[in-house]
Parts: sequence; structure tokens; C-alpha cells
Amino acid sequence: MALLQISEPGQAPDPHQRRIAVGIDLGTTHSLVASVRNGVAECLPDHDGHVILPSVVRYLPGQGRQIGHEAVAAAAADPQNTIASVKRFMGRSLNDVVNADKLPYAFVNKDKGMLSLQTVQGEKSPVEVSAEILATLRFRAEDTFNDDVFGAVITVPAYFDDAQRQATKDAAQLAGLNVLRLINEPTAAAIAYGLDNGSEGVYAVFDLGGGTFDISILRLTRGVFEVMATGGDSALGGDDYDEALAQCLLAQQGAQAITPQDKTQLKAAARQAKEALTLQSDVSVNVDLSGHSITASISRAEFEAATAALTLRCMSAVRKALRDAQLSKDEIQGVVMVGGSTRMPQIQSAVANFFDKAPLNNLNPDEVVALGAAIQANQLAGNDTAGDLLLLDVIPLSLGIETMGGLSERIIPRNQTIPTAMAQDFTTYKDGQTALALHVVQGERDLVQDCRSLARFELRGIPPMVAGAARIRVTFTVDADGLLSVAAKEQISGVEAQIDVKPSYGLSDDQIATMLKESFTTAEVDMKSRAIVEARVDGERMLLATQSALNANGDLLTADERAQIEQLMQSLRQAVMTEQDAQTLENVTTELAKGTEAFAAERMNHSIQKALSGQNIQSL
Amino acid sequence: MWLRRIISRVISLQANDFELFGMPIQFAMTRDVLDVRWKELQREAHPDRFAVEGAAAQRIAMQWSVRINEAYQRLKDPVKRAAYLCELHGAPVNAENNTAMPAVFLMQQMTWREALDDIQTQAELETLLSEVQRTHQQALIDMAQAIDDLGDYSAAVGQVRALMFIDRFASEVRHQLDVLLD
Repeated sequence: MALLQISEPGQAPDPHQRRIAVGIDLGTTHSLVASVRNGVAECLPDHDGHVILPSVVRYLPGQGRQIGHEAVAAAAADPQNTIASVKRFMGRSLNDVVNADKLPYAFVNKDKGMLSLQTVQGEKSPVEVSAEILATLRFRAEDTFNDDVFGAVITVPAYFDDAQRQATKDAAQLAGLNVLRLINEPTAAAIAYGLDNGSEGVYAVFDLGGGTFDISILRLTRGVFEVMATGGDSALGGDDYDEALAQCLLAQQGAQAITPQDKTQLKAAARQAKEALTLQSDVSVNVDLSGHSITASISRAEFEAATAALTLRCMSAVRKALRDAQLSKDEIQGVVMVGGSTRMPQIQSAVANFFDKAPLNNLNPDEVVALGAAIQANQLAGNDTAGDLLLLDVIPLSLGIETMGGLSERIIPRNQTIPTAMAQDFTTYKDGQTALALHVVQGERDLVQDCRSLARFELRGIPPMVAGAARIRVTFTVDADGLLSVAAKEQISGVEAQIDVKPSYGLSDDQIATMLKESFTTAEVDMKSRAIVEARVDGERMLLATQSALNANGDLLTADERAQIEQLMQSLRQAVMTEQDAQTLENVTTELAKGTEAFAAERMNHSIQKALSGQNIQSL
Repeated sequence: MWLRRIISRVISLQANDFELFGMPIQFAMTRDVLDVRWKELQREAHPDRFAVEGAAAQRIAMQWSVRINEAYQRLKDPVKRAAYLCELHGAPVNAENNTAMPAVFLMQQMTWREALDDIQTQAELETLLSEVQRTHQQALIDMAQAIDDLGDYSAAVGQVRALMFIDRFASEVRHQLDVLLD
């Protein structure tokens, strides 16, 4: 830890005001945490100097758990309690998991379609397992800086649907992290790449990770990263290449892997062979299965043949994204390769052949996502006031509502820039109908049964009218994290209903609260003292924000308005210093928030007007 | 004098798309200018700019940012922009209630649909698509004339309906192409 931090020009002048902001790449096979230190983004190492944390959690009998390298070492001996690639189960039901029978875990189908894993410590949801990984990274950052983490930007595959995003946010909350933003992995990679290379123009980011594949087409102009289209497959990655190679080995030898130990051993051997084939043209494989052992030799050509269908799936998603962006492939200036799986020679050559140019591999494909997330976190936390980075990302999959006959009526089409809100009017189909059931779905298919079901809710109390007379406006809102909320309002009577789409797969706030109570984050800490500490931090944060707003735009207020706000600030300052009850303190903070709402609106109007009038002067 | 009026104008969430973007209320538009303004507005209003300023600021930023994106989506698409101009000038398109089209136009649509049903190869699909795109381009030229030169909004409404048909057909052709390529 440096004793004296010297801040860069344009960055927060007072080092004590610098907030610790981190970027976290929560990956299928491994996870990283990065932060901007002295103006440079870097991945933070653990005590042993490793920046990569394998995304593996082992539950031990009793209380303990092992996370990362230790868990990997134990996987073969204790496969059922050692959860790897949990990201593939996030926001998923058992039905969604392809090849579940080839995995060594004891799955449990939970109500509302959510899956859990049976371990020696009882049932664990994918959200809980992911939270263990996130908390490990949070502690790593806190140890590094000897300070609390102010907030985190967490990356998700661009092709993650609403349920998967919500599950990721829930996991972060469970790990005690303040989520500044969820951002898409390829976008994060583009930030790290673009800022490093001062690039302008249209780039494709080809991101093949352990369990997910994303392709994003971005336009980079003066600090603005505009995603033009995104596509991919949230269940296609290096894991599938391992599995295909494993099956190829078994078929070649006429062998079978039956026990959980067999499956884990075989998978590990396949992964090693895959990695070796990046540099060698053939490799020999030895696996001890129960009863017999396999010794085989596999050539790169055999590996490529066994996985050709997977590579084709990647390239077909690339073509679709280009079509969505309405671009031809020669309009792409460069293809940035991200994710460890892009090291495979067949991927490198498929991309090079398709775009007819060599892909860009000059950043470490394992680290680039976390680095980009750290840069964005640093800016969101307000540490980089001179920063002019702006992300304009899109939703990957269309959002719609079920209509008569099981058809999906699209309300927000895919590749729409977020945040966005769109509305569609519906009506009743029966005379005197007083309620309407709304079923929110996501996906590109026309039939609801082929789309992902996100939420169901009801609009009740519609006054009886003849069929077709009611005007029900359904509004979909997607926020900057890519998360959806839905509202329905009957226009004539004003009856309304709304839902934050906590998908059937996600967790309710109550569940999170209960889990927080029971979980590691509170095991050693007294719940109450934690709550008051958090309430103080929130209060201080609110005071700081209000003060900086007053400094910047105090002139927008009348003397009376300003006096009112200052009085609320004074009460909060007092409460932060002396109040012992968390709830009371939160209430005082909320009062200041409410009292400054009009001021916030005024500031926003002011800044938009400033932007507009600046342009008008130029263009006249 | 009018210079001062523009600058002191209060832009509210209720301002129309053109006012919001500070652009003249007309059909003709330079896409580059629109794109630059969109990004400049988002730079001011995007929720990311207010990430540490509390829930109220986030909510208001989100409203603005959503409004800016809504206007951008409408302005950048020539058919939506034209429909919007018709509506602003008291001639709503009412696409769902009014589907009457000239016989010549309907004949052409039928010919295209029959052609699409018979087509087998990628090359044939691409030929059809480029013909559809040519028709689309010509309709846009006619639209610009109807709105900007003649102020004839009832003619423009007819062009908007025709373009909606053309675009729907074009997306069906593209869909067939997707199916063939995948």
C-alpha cells in the first residue's frame, strides 16, 4: 500500500476522497477483479500473486468452503460438492441445462423453475455459489486497498437474458457489493482495447469464454462506445469444446464415464488436451476411469473435426450480428479477440478467414474484460472527472408479451439502445372482462413457448366494457443495467399495475434479505452494527452528492429553496454523527433525497438545455 | 432576435423530437448530424453520468435518456420520421385502421409475394431484395418532395403506408435470406 498517492491531473484532487471502485469479470471458468490505480487499470493479485480466481466453490462438511485454486485441486476427489462453471446455471431451470446428465452434480428442481445444487452443506442456488466467488474478490480488493469497496461494475455476457442478469445482480448484492452497473463483457473489452489503442471506427469483439459466446459490433467515436448490434449464445463456450473432445475420446475407445469422479477426471483430461493442442499438433491423453483406463492420442485435426459444429455456431452468430448492424464484413476495421477460448487455432483461423484479416490479439484475453470494467467503475464512481467515456449499449434479445393464441407480440426489439421504454396498446377480448393476465417473454421466436418466460402479473379492476373498448397501455422499461420493469394501465379508467421483472428465476428481495442474514457476510459481523455503518456511508454519500450539486448549480435555486436544502443537510450531518438507529438515519437520508428531487430535475434540465443551446449557437 | 429565442427556449420532456434535438422540423436530415447530436445529448443525460448522485438523479436521468433514445429511434428511421411529421401536422397515419391502397401498388405487392414464394436460391433472393430497396429509395424521394417541398401531408400519409408495406416485405425477404444462410 502506497503511503502517498499522487492524483493525476483531472482526477479527484484529494486522495482521501478517491473511492475504491472495482471491475469484476465473473466468468464461467475463472473470475478476476481489477481497479484503476494511479490512472492505470490493473488486475489485483491474491496473496500468492495469482490474478485469476478459478470460478470453483467447494462446500466442506460443516461450515467451511474452499474457493478457487484449492477447490480445483479437490474437484476430482469430491466432485459433487465442488461446483464449477456455475455461471451456466444462473437464472436457469434444470430443463435449460444441456447435458445435465454429463455433469457430476446433484441438481434439485426448485419452485418457480429455479434449479439448486445438493451439497454436503445443503441446497445451494447458483446465485449463492456466485456470491461466494464475488465475495472472495471483494475481500481481495479490500485487502489490497485496506479500505471498503465503494462500488463495483460487474460484467455479464452481452447475450445474457433478463433472468441471467437479474441473478447476477442478486449474487452481487448477496456478496455485499454496491453494483454501480452491470455491463456487457464485449463492451468492457472494447473499452480496454479502444482506450489503449486510441481507436476510432467500427470494431467487432469476438468473445468466446468458458461457457458463453458473444459477438458485439461497436462504433468508437471520441470516447463514445456505441454498440450497433450484439449476438451470441449464452450456452456455448470452451466447456463445450472440452465436452466434445471428451465424447470423441470415449467414442474412439468405446469407453464410458459413469461415476461423478469419472466425469470430472475425463473433463479435466479433455481440457488439458485442448490446451496442449493450441501449440502442438497432437497430444496423448491418459485417464483413469473406474474399472479401466484410457490411453489415446488425439490430433489437432481430429479435435477440429469433433468441434466443427460448435465453431460453425459461432460464425453463424457473427453473420447475424453483422446483418443486424446493417454492415458488410469489409466495413469492420478490426476484430478484437476476447476470452481464453479464442486461443484455439480453429477459432483464430475461422475468424481470420471470415473477415479476411488477422484478428487482434494484443491484449491478454483473460484480463481485458476486467480491465475495461475497472475503467468504467472508476468513472462511474466519480474518480475520473475529466473522463469522457460513454457507453451506449443495447438489449440482446427482443422483449414482448403473450397475446391470444400463444403468440409473442414484440414490444422492444433486440439491439435497441438502452435505457429505453416502449409501449403498446392492447384491449380486452370478452365483454365485461375486468382483469387481464400479462405474460412477459424474451426471445426472437414467434411462439411464446419458444421464448423465455420472464414474469406474469395481472391488471385487475378494469371497469366492465364491451370487448375491444378498453385501452390497456403496456409499457416496458429497460434501465441502464439492461433490467426490465413492466407497467400496465387502462387508459379510460386509470387502473394500473406494475412489476419489476424479478423473473421467476431470480430472487425476491425477501429471499435476499433472509440469505444475507444467514450467509457468510454476516457470520462474524453483528447485523445491527453493520446496518448502522451502511446507513452512515449512505448518509455521507448523499451529503457529498448534494454538496457537489450545490457547488456546481447552486445558482438554479432561490434563496428559500437553498435554505431548505441546507437545513435538511444540517439535520443529516447531525444524524450521521450521533444517530445510533439505522432506520432513523435512513429516514433522514431519504428526506434529503426527497427534498432535493426538484433540484435534481432542475439541474438535469439545465444540463440538457446547455447541451442544446451550445449546439444551436454552433449550427447557426 | 430569433437566435435568442432558440437559446432561451426551455426544453422539456414534452418537447417534440426535432426541438429536443435542436433540428429543423422537416423530412430532409443529415444522418451524421443526428448521430452527433444524439451522442452529445446522451453525454449530458445518461444515468452513468449520475451514478453516485442518488436515486432521484438516477430516475430523472433515466427519463431523459429514454426520451432522447425514443426521439433518436424515430428521427433516424425515415418512415417513422415521416409518420411523425404527418402527425405533428394533423394528418395521423392510423396504419391499423386504414389499409386502403391504390390498385397499382397492391398489384406490385402481389407480384413480389408470388416471386418470393417461388424463389429457391440466394442469388434470386438478393435480386428481389435489391429491387425492393430501389422501390423504397424512390418512395423516400417522393416523400421528401411531398413533405418539404409541397407540404402535402395527405400525399405523405399515403407514401408512409406504402413504405410500411415495402419494409415489411423487405424484412420477409431478409428473413428468408437468414434461413437460407444459417
